[in-house]
Amino acid sequence: MALLKMKFTQQRRVRLAQGLWLLSWLAVMCGAFIFCLGVYLKTELLRRDEVMDNTEIHVVPNILMMVGLASIGTNWVASRVCQDSLDASRFPRWKVLLLAWFAVAALLCCLLIAVVVLSYALQGRLEESLKVGLRNGIRFYKDTDVPGRCFQKETIDHLQMEFRCCGNNNFKDWFEVQWVSNRYLDFTSKDVKDRIRSNVDGRFLLDGVPFSCCNPASPRPCLQYHLTDNRAHYNYEYQSEELNLYSRGCRQALIDYYMDLMNSTGPGVLSVILIQMSVLLSLRYLQTAVEGAMALENPEGESEGYLLEKGVKQTFEDCKAKVLDMLKFAQVDAADAEVSPGAADAEKTVDNTTEKAASPTPAS
Amino acid sequence: MAVLRVKFTKTKRDKLAQVLWILNWISVVTGVILFSLGLFLKVEINKRGELMAERDIQYVPNMLIAVGLIACAINFLGGKICYDCVDTTKFLRWKLIMLPYIICTFFFTFCVLVGALMCYSMHGELEESLDLGLTEAMRFYKDTDTPGRCFLKRTVDLLQIHFQCCGNNGYKDWFQIQWISNRYLDMSQKEVLNRLRSNVEGKYLMDGVPFSCCNTNSPRPCIQQQITNNSAHFNYEHQTEELNLWMKGCRQALLEYYVHIMQSIGLAVLITWLFELSVLTGVRYLQTSLENVLRQGDPNSESDGWLLENSFMETARTNLNIIKSLGKNNQIDTSNNGDPNINVPSTSKAHYGPDNVPPKQITEDS
Repeated sequence: MALLKMKFTQQRRVRLAQGLWLLSWLAVMCGAFIFCLGVYLKTELLRRDEVMDNTEIHVVPNILMMVGLASIGTNWVASRVCQDSLDASRFPRWKVLLLAWFAVAALLCCLLIAVVVLSYALQGRLEESLKVGLRNGIRFYKDTDVPGRCFQKETIDHLQMEFRCCGNNNFKDWFEVQWVSNRYLDFTSKDVKDRIRSNVDGRFLLDGVPFSCCNPASPRPCLQYHLTDNRAHYNYEYQSEELNLYSRGCRQALIDYYMDLMNSTGPGVLSVILIQMSVLLSLRYLQTAVEGAMALENPEGESEGYLLEKGVKQTFEDCKAKVLDMLKFAQVDAADAEVSPGAADAEKTVDNTTEKAASPTPAS
Repeated sequence: MAVLRVKFTKTKRDKLAQVLWILNWISVVTGVILFSLGLFLKVEINKRGELMAERDIQYVPNMLIAVGLIACAINFLGGKICYDCVDTTKFLRWKLIMLPYIICTFFFTFCVLVGALMCYSMHGELEESLDLGLTEAMRFYKDTDTPGRCFLKRTVDLLQIHFQCCGNNGYKDWFQIQWISNRYLDMSQKEVLNRLRSNVEGKYLMDGVPFSCCNTNSPRPCIQQQITNNSAHFNYEHQTEELNLWMKGCRQALLEYYVHIMQSIGLAVLITWLFELSVLTGVRYLQTSLENVLRQGDPNSESDGWLLENSFMETARTNLNIIKSLGKNNQIDTSNNGDPNINVPSTSKAHYGPDNVPPKQITEDS
């Protein structure tokens, strides 16, 4: 009735212990790797912090860092258990801890799976965050004299040059914003006055972009101003000109970058999950085999190892009953009397656990 | 009379052999590090190969690569030798090779030192190469339609953006060349024709710079055109404006970058040289002490180890004589007209009989 029963001779037990010791140290390395991955991802996100509106995406590297540290500790404990497993005097002290260990290891695997799912699910939130952040960055580009915003110009310029992008969706975003500060506008000039009067908000809008949008791969020196005016430049057609400026929008560029980063870590995280699962299963086999051997008359003889003592359904029923029982002890006695007919039935099936009961159960 | 004599017991010898074995393996690792440093320098120089004129600067990374590989090989052999030196019988296998090995390694350490010094001496050649290379690159900036030069614009733009520099010595270098191709100049415009006629060679010169010279730290949008004309821009004075464009010249920026790399590499090579020298000293002590043990006969006894058997002067004299006599073996003895079979009569006045052997001395006692 046991789940996936296997026979273990003494030699097989020894081999299993040795192999599992190596595997658990490998898992410690994997835990360190996951932690470093989390740190790297977090620093990459923090570097572009100024163009992001919220920090929701930071949950992915935070979980990775926590899981990494927890995994190092957990797998180190597993290696200690393996070392003690073949010594009959030292193994019993780990008995109580092992149940907790299994729970923690299973939780770590679940968290890692959650991280992989989240990195895809949060893409939409990241996009929203970048949209708002970049829009603000472009709006405050000219405010190099306002404390708190004085580095926006430098940030946006570096961003556009490094990621080879221009504007939020494309370069036309710069046409809708005044990105030249009033300090550098000659208000006596006719051109400036015309432009300011041409829109409701009184902003100085022009069909030009900052120099950081310029594409170095263009064969011609960069055209930044009068972009929509074909006659302003010799041999220039604005609709067909592709190489002059960067055609990609910065939001798309950043999303592509971060998604590539998280996708490339995907296989690594999945293999760490596999390693952790195999450590968990092997330790369970080792535990049951060694306990079985210790119960035999001849400790060197053959014993059985299994994953679950009873079948899956039976174990589930047992657990449910145990949990209900524990909840029962927390309830008041008067409430107990009301559910006593049902409780009596439950008692018969969990007789073993109620023997340890401190409070007397009401007789029906 | 020996140079730096040290007594070695059996345990001391064994320990020395083991320590030297480990040190030799560490030296193999440092040899690999030297090799990779040479490779790194080679890659960095080739990356900016388009901006450097033809000069002999490849010899430095090539030397480092060769030295690194030879160091690996020599120290690997040294490791094997030291591993076998713990056992006196196995030492006999290596006995004849050890002295030539030590001499070769000694000369090799000179090569390492030369490699380190070369890193510091490349300065002048590099500067000249960069100067010429950058001038050429800026001249061909506009030739994006000429095969072989079509990527120079992109290279120069990316260089100026990455190294935060402008022009060769400064941004004014751009005023002296035509960096806008004729394809993009409207020859029918009066202004263009005026500029072309204003200089002897008919070049379109202007007081403007490419966009890649723009300084990202500037609080104001970049001013690229009409830089020397204060009235063309509002609230602008070109003599006091420092943040608008990059002030450093690209030659100086690149030179600083490469000198910094080479100083770090030179330091690493010097440290490797000192390490190799100390390992060599240890191997020499091991060799001399083991040879003395064999001479004494008892493998467990104490023996002396030294760097040189006699003092420096005597060793130098003996070696010079050896080298001289090596040459003399081929020479002919001219005293008998070259024929060794002729019996030359003795020139002494005493006649001792047919054999020319003087009689035995009679002692006064008998």
